[in-house]
Formats: sequence, structure tokens, C-alpha cells
Amino acid sequence: EEEEQEKEEEEGCYRLYPGHIPTSPLQKALLAAGSAFMALYDPYRHDMVAVLGETTGCLALPNLRDKMKHHPEGYRILQERPRIRLSTLDMARLRGLPDGTLGREYVRFLEDNKVSPDTRMPPKFVDDEELAYVIQRYREVHDLMHTLLGMPTNMLGEVVVKWFEAIQTGLPMCVLGAAFGPIRLSARKLQVLATELVPWAIRSGRNASCILNVYYEQRWEQPVESLREEIGIFPPPAVRV
Amino acid sequence: MPRARFHSDGRLWRWRLNPAVCVRGGPGFLRASAGAGPGHGVSAAPCLRRGGALRALCGSVRGLAAGPETHFGFQTVTEAERREKIYQVFESVAKKYDVMNDSMTLGIHRVWKDILVHKMNPSPGTLLLDVAGGTGDIAFRFINYVRSVRERQLQRKLKHHQNLSWQEISESYQEDKSKSLGDSQVVVCDINKEMLKVGKQKAQNLGYSEGLSWVLGNAEELPFDDDMFDVYTIAFGIRNVTRIDLALQEAYRVLKPGGRFLCLEFSHVSNPLLSRLYDLYSFQVIPVLGEVIAGDWKSYQYLVESIRRFPPQEELKAMIEDAGFFKVDYQNLNSGIVAIHSGFKL
Repeated sequence: EEEEQEKEEEEGCYRLYPGHIPTSPLQKALLAAGSAFMALYDPYRHDMVAVLGETTGCLALPNLRDKMKHHPEGYRILQERPRIRLSTLDMARLRGLPDGTLGREYVRFLEDNKVSPDTRMPPKFVDDEELAYVIQRYREVHDLMHTLLGMPTNMLGEVVVKWFEAIQTGLPMCVLGAAFGPIRLSARKLQVLATELVPWAIRSGRNASCILNVYYEQRWEQPVESLREEIGIFPPPAVRV
Repeated sequence: MPRARFHSDGRLWRWRLNPAVCVRGGPGFLRASAGAGPGHGVSAAPCLRRGGALRALCGSVRGLAAGPETHFGFQTVTEAERREKIYQVFESVAKKYDVMNDSMTLGIHRVWKDILVHKMNPSPGTLLLDVAGGTGDIAFRFINYVRSVRERQLQRKLKHHQNLSWQEISESYQEDKSKSLGDSQVVVCDINKEMLKVGKQKAQNLGYSEGLSWVLGNAEELPFDDDMFDVYTIAFGIRNVTRIDLALQEAYRVLKPGGRFLCLEFSHVSNPLLSRLYDLYSFQVIPVLGEVIAGDWKSYQYLVESIRRFPPQEELKAMIEDAGFFKVDYQNLNSGIVAIHSGFKL
């Protein structure tokens, strides 16, 4: 422990959280440009999307943090700092919940799309420890967004979720993803996107309260419909995504 | 929370808990250097830290227990830790090594390596040992060079055979075909399995098979007998060796008498304006390139820090002379960004 402390002191007290890489403004600008390009060039580079979010979120993240601070449930989340990880989730219990509940549908979503909550990248380039938690929370809640919006993890589903998140969080990364994501879609999907899905996503995004202000870990037994109503998300349109 | 401030080269000012005491991090901070030899603890300059003297003492005591202290970029680590960390760096960058080299140097590293092989001017029959040769850049250039020299030799020989019959000429083709390299051989030695893997794959893709061998080995303790090789090269590798003096001694040992030592490595830029620009580029752009292209910031941060830690031209020349080499000289490329050091075992 003394060694770790020594090492930390030698690296400088500017390591604000484990994994933090301090960057100058020029580096952040270069990272933002590079990661934006790379994320479009190679869509499998999810780490680039994450880096883009961190380097461009300097205005949106404090806003989100303030929204959380001024809401009782959000404030509790900031204090308790819950993490959604396979090690903290009781998958067996969630699987055993009745159909239609948040927990059951979330596990179904993870299994159907073969994703895991552990693949979210930890923040590296955020220069504030609390904001690093906010963006981490946003990333971990992303899968729950898929569940609440009923969108799969294909390109179309991701774009719809990005539209919703762009309205909700104002993160430039979401806005860019929402604007440029559709480039890779076919004409038919673009049509469905433009006529049905995006208007619904925008309406829901505007109507819903802040999605980061919901303590999801305490609401696994709540039915998805009821949670949607509570947050203010309109029922998804009946189209095949 | 005080706002972070930066040096002109992009490194952060290091904050203590009391922001009134800003200490400047960087190469001058720690005196340990690779060539310092065993048993040296870290002697932090006392003015730089409160309680620094006590900490330095504790550091030295700890250092004697865990092994002599050395540097890993701008950090202080034991020698064993350094070897481990460097192994991990190259394990993680191996697949993107060539892409990163091209992007960081805008392709200029290819020119540097070409110049090295031209300086070597190998003739057919040369036995080359390329240490830290990982992805095979020097080895492949050596093979190309020797092949073209051999072809010219054969052409000259043909000119002298113009009075032979057609049959005799075609027979002489058969003999020479099997010796397109003229008995030249290159042994690529690297400590890192991943880098060797990438190198072997590259050799297969590019069609190099003859005269090429791949050996896993440590530059500080080569698995070869004395007096074996005509030329020893180490390109952009000696910086990552923990005990440079040992590597130089091993180089001396495995070379034949009359053999040549060639080292291509990043070095010290003396021109102040160029040096500032180079620092700016190194510290601001290269780690970003590492993150964007290879998804690995830390390895490329290590890279640029290790360049700053490496001894400058004259110091390296002295170290090579200490190992027993004669006629040691160096040639700066690009005003000292890179230097080729050369020495002979006489």
C-alpha cells in the first residue's frame, strides 16, 4: 500500500481516479477529432465512441451532474455511486422475476443481444472525479435504455437510442452519433427511422424526466410499462427494428 | 479543486496537496539512468520534495531489497519491474507496431532503416544478427540488399561468360539460382514472443523464407556462442534494454573479430527550436495517435518518455567504447532525432 501511494505521488497527485489520464486542451482536441474519425471509419471501435464522449462532454456533463444533484433519487445515486456490473447483479434472481418486469426484460435483452454490462469502458480523459462517475453511470445505464425503449443492438436500434440520449443528455457524442449514425443504414431502414422512430424518440426524450435520476437497481421488480409511464417514455411504435 | 496547468511540452505540473508547492516533474527529477550500474538508489534532489530526503532514504532501502532502481519513462521502478513492464508494452503494441510507426513518423522510419542498411553495405555471405528485430524491418531490408548485390554480381559474371556455349550458360543459372542470397543469413532475435509472431507472419506474407531465422532471446544475455556474427544491429531496441552495458558487452562477445556493431536509435536534438517542436509533437500528438489507432495511450506515453531518458549521442558513444569497440562513431539523422552509432570489434 505504501508502494502504491508512493507511486501515485511520483506520478503526481493529478491522477484523480484509477485509470485517469490527464490531458492538455490540445490533446483533448486532437483526441476528439481522431476518435470521431476513427469511430466512423471503424464502427467496431467502441472505445473511440467512449473517448469522443469524454473529450467533448465538458459542458454537458456538469449539467447532468447538476440535474442529478437537484433530484432526490439522483442525489442518492451520486452519494452511493452504484455500479451495474455482472459482479454486482444477481443474474439468477433477475431471471426468476416475472415477465414484463425491468429485471427480467433487462436480462432477456442481455442474452438476446449477447452483450454484457462489463464491456463498458471506464473513463480516462474526464478531469473531474464526480463527472467521471456521471459518464460511467450514463454508459452503464445505456443497456437499460435499450430495454426501456425496446430497441435491439443493431445499427438502427443504436441510432434510435442515440437520438433519445442526445435529447436527454445533450452530450455532443450522442448528437454526433445520432446525426452521423444513419449514414450506414439502408434506404428502407432510413425511411422507417425518419418517419416513425426518430419522431417518437424525440417526443419521448423531451417528455421524459432525466434518465440518470432513476435508481434502477432498486426497481428491478417494477414492470417496464409502469416505469416507462413514470419516466415519461411513450410506448415504442410497432415496427420491426 | 485547482485547475491543472501544463508545461509547453504537454506534461502536467505535478501538484502536491498544498498547491503553493508546485514541483516540476520530468527527466531532471530523478538521477537514475540506465547506464548507472547496479546498486544505485534513487537520489531525489532534496529541494524538490518536502520530506524528500527521508523518502529517498526509504526508497533506497526498499530498492536494495527489490533490486536496483531504474526508470520506466518518467517513473522509478526496479529493474525487474521495468523488464516486465516493457515486455507488456510490446506485447500490447505488437499487432499495430508497423501501422503506428508509419503514422508517428509519417513513414520516415523507413528511410532511417534504409540508411542503416546502406551504411552496413553487406556483401553476400554476411551473417547478420538483428537484435530486438521483432517485426523484421531490418532483416527484410538486409535480404533485399544482399539479393540485389548478388544479382549484380551474377550479371557481371555473365558478362565474362559471353564466350561460353548456350548450354554452359544455362547450367550456370541452375547453380546460382540456389544461392540467390549467396550464403547470407540473418538471425532475428527478440525477447518478445508477440513481436516475433508478427514478424514471422509478415515474412510469410511478403515471401521471405530463405536465409532467415527467428530466435527468442534477451539482448542482455544472448543465446549465441562467441565470435559468430559479421554484423550486429539493434534498431530502436537498445532504448528498451534495462542494462545497456550488458547488451553492449554481449554484442562485443558474439561478433567476429572485424565484426561491426550498428545501433539505430532516437537521440538528442541540440537545435533548441527543433527540440521544442519535437517535444510538442512527441508529448501532444503521439499518445493521442496511440489511443486513436492502437487504443493504447500508455504504451506510447512510455515511448516518448523513454526517448527523453535515453543517453545522448556522446554518452552512448562512450558506453560503446567501454564495451571494447573501436572506431566508434555516430551519424545524426534529421538533426539528431535519430542517430546511427557504429563500432568495430578489432
